[in-house]
Amino acid sequence: MTRKQRRMTIIGGSLAVLALAAALVLNALRDSIVFFSTPSMVAEKHVQPGKRFRLGGLVQPGSLQRGDNLAVRFEVADGGAKLPVAYKGILPDLFREGQGVVAEGALDANGVFKADAVLAKHDETYMPKDVADALKKQGHWKDDYGAKPPATTAQGNSQGAVR
Amino acid sequence: MIAEAGHYALVLALALALIQSLVPLIGARLRDAALMNVARSTALAQLLFVGTSFVALVTLHVTSDFSVANVYENSHSMKPLIYKITGVWGNHEGSMLLWVLILALFGGLVAAFGNNLPLSLRAHVLAVQAWIASAFYLFILMTSNPFLRIANPPIEGRDLNPVLQDIGLAVHPPMLYLGYVGFSISFSFAIAALLEGRIDAAWARWVRPWTLVAWIFLTLGIAMGSYWAYYELGWGGWWFWDPVENASLMPWLGGTALLHSALVMEKRNALKVWTILLSILTFSLSLLGTFLVRSGVITSVHAFANDPTRGVFILLILCLFIGGSLSLFAGRATALKQGGLFAPISREGALVLNNLLLTVACAVVLFGTLYPLAMEVLADFKMSVGPPFYNLSFVPLFVLLLLAVPFGPMLAWKRGDLLGVTQRLLAAGVAGLVVIAIVWAWTRGGSALAPLAIGLGVFVIAGAVTDLAERTGAFRLPFATALQRARGLPRSAWGAVFAHAGLGVALIGIVCETTWNSEYIATMRPNDVAQVAGYDLKLDGLFQRQGPNYREMIARFDVSRDGEALSTMTPSKRSFTTRGSSTTEAALLTRGASQLYVSLGDTTAEGAIAVRIYHKPLVLLIWWGPVLMAFGGMLSLSDRRLRVGAPKPARAKQSLQPAE
Repeated sequence: MTRKQRRMTIIGGSLAVLALAAALVLNALRDSIVFFSTPSMVAEKHVQPGKRFRLGGLVQPGSLQRGDNLAVRFEVADGGAKLPVAYKGILPDLFREGQGVVAEGALDANGVFKADAVLAKHDETYMPKDVADALKKQGHWKDDYGAKPPATTAQGNSQGAVR
Repeated sequence: MIAEAGHYALVLALALALIQSLVPLIGARLRDAALMNVARSTALAQLLFVGTSFVALVTLHVTSDFSVANVYENSHSMKPLIYKITGVWGNHEGSMLLWVLILALFGGLVAAFGNNLPLSLRAHVLAVQAWIASAFYLFILMTSNPFLRIANPPIEGRDLNPVLQDIGLAVHPPMLYLGYVGFSISFSFAIAALLEGRIDAAWARWVRPWTLVAWIFLTLGIAMGSYWAYYELGWGGWWFWDPVENASLMPWLGGTALLHSALVMEKRNALKVWTILLSILTFSLSLLGTFLVRSGVITSVHAFANDPTRGVFILLILCLFIGGSLSLFAGRATALKQGGLFAPISREGALVLNNLLLTVACAVVLFGTLYPLAMEVLADFKMSVGPPFYNLSFVPLFVLLLLAVPFGPMLAWKRGDLLGVTQRLLAAGVAGLVVIAIVWAWTRGGSALAPLAIGLGVFVIAGAVTDLAERTGAFRLPFATALQRARGLPRSAWGAVFAHAGLGVALIGIVCETTWNSEYIATMRPNDVAQVAGYDLKLDGLFQRQGPNYREMIARFDVSRDGEALSTMTPSKRSFTTRGSSTTEAALLTRGASQLYVSLGDTTAEGAIAVRIYHKPLVLLIWWGPVLMAFGGMLSLSDRRLRVGAPKPARAKQSLQPAE
């Protein structure tokens, strides 16, 4: 083989691997990205049952019901709308009523969000960043969520439960 | 007083770093040995001053001096001593100080042990090292000063995040930083080579041990972090494709590629430009990782502070170093002479394929990490890229890589014989196929992918063993001769065998854990028995206990199998009063490489408790694999060639002949 042929082989091989990777990434993007929505966004967009997404908002105070065998139901609200959530399993330590939560799953035919993972994630202002941003955007941001105690750096703390 | 001393020492370190950034370069220009040697003294002095500063912060934490904001926010007088020490880097400011300490440590090591380096190369390397150091000292002093005082000192601190109050914090961040920051040396060497416009095989020989050290620590650091997440977060996951985990995986992938390409450069004087580029990219990925973790742009387990000024500052550092080094590369790389021809099918060719797959896999991870960020900024919608994305994109690339791994070390340099290698790997291939058949028959009806993946793992391990057998002549030659040959084999060859086998071991662990993990979640009352994977776990009862700075509720389980009592397991839930938060401490029972895992949920009003019990078959292999890899790295590091240093370039050409 001449020097040129060798170089072409290597360049060709590289391009083949790059093309393969690009194909894999595009294919994976089509199937596996999960969007983030709040209850009002769900209501506006009429999300199809079975389509996976992440639901973020505040756990509606007083809405938490525990059933048999670790079944839990609660409502996630964002000030504009509410969405019932059903989950089976152990909730993370940081899960609390009135505080931020992110759940991953899909709507069922009755409009209940069946979560297979619940993440309670917050710094000491008890707001997940995603939820805080979404609430701010909708104008439901209360100043007291954002008010930091004096002389602190926000220290993150995250926990989750995955089924 | 101590805080001010620490602060002052840091300022002095900055001053030294600024001197070190300039004087050696002027010295190299003027060919003035005295000026070039300034770098050596300043690097060592810098280490001394940063060390002083770090010790000052540790002292403040140990003595619980709450007049210092950093101590007040992250410590508590009742906290056990070990967490007072580890808590130093359990927060943003302290961890940045650890970052620069390790940077100074590496600089100091080059200064102290780089006597075999040409004077001007050492001067350049240390100068570049000082540029990085100056940037980060400035960052700490301007945005994240750990020594700030509070005007009215509180009596008690706010305690460390309970999740971090674990022995994992003592090991994981320092190891990870030794890895991350260690790649700064190969970066500095690359920039020095570009500045000098001279690069040869000897350069690769100088760089390789530093890269190897960084790689070993990074490998162990990532594995340690993954094990920590596994037992601390309480739901038994060990890798989440979390942006911060990705941030550590990317330099690892780049560093692994760099190790292999430096090999080609050292042995065959080829791939020079590529190796330089890879050195730059690997450290750029480390910087990117620092940015992702420290700026708070991502939501993650590790997110500490989201203070925009810090993010912007690190982003500036990032742009400056990555942009600057890549421009320098673009300007100078063409001037570097190419050497060492090789056929596509050859050891070099295999290493090019290795590099290609590793860098492309790394690019995929980079894409997955940054895409959600980009979308949020550009298109203003939020989304997450989770495990399914990586399973469909990263995993296939890695499977290709693993398939190729056994072939690489067995191909000859320059021109290899693929058919011959395939024949020699026949036994390994057969071993893989047999295992696939056995596992498939054993788990009939299960996933078809799992047996295939396990077979692949076995093939990789058997391939590494075959390579060893080929080199020593085991099975062909008399035993004594083979043993003698094994003894004479370079340590780096042994290192490669262990590192590659470790890859296979980890793969088997990953597949077994994800496929045959059994899970039991229920509420249990005292005397209830849970049956998981043949084990009986009887809940004995619930007990309360007072810890140093927490209260905990312990559940005691008696574990038995077939009526035979094995052990007791005591998972607990700790509540930390100061922060008002709680953690779940899982209990682990190791049986061979498999583990039983019990963690607790909420208690109900009737005195029952939610429990989560897992049986994770062969889960420990996931971490034994990286430990094997790191062991291989250490063997390779102890190779005589690396210790005696590089020969002079004139002799290097001769020593290239005996290609192993």
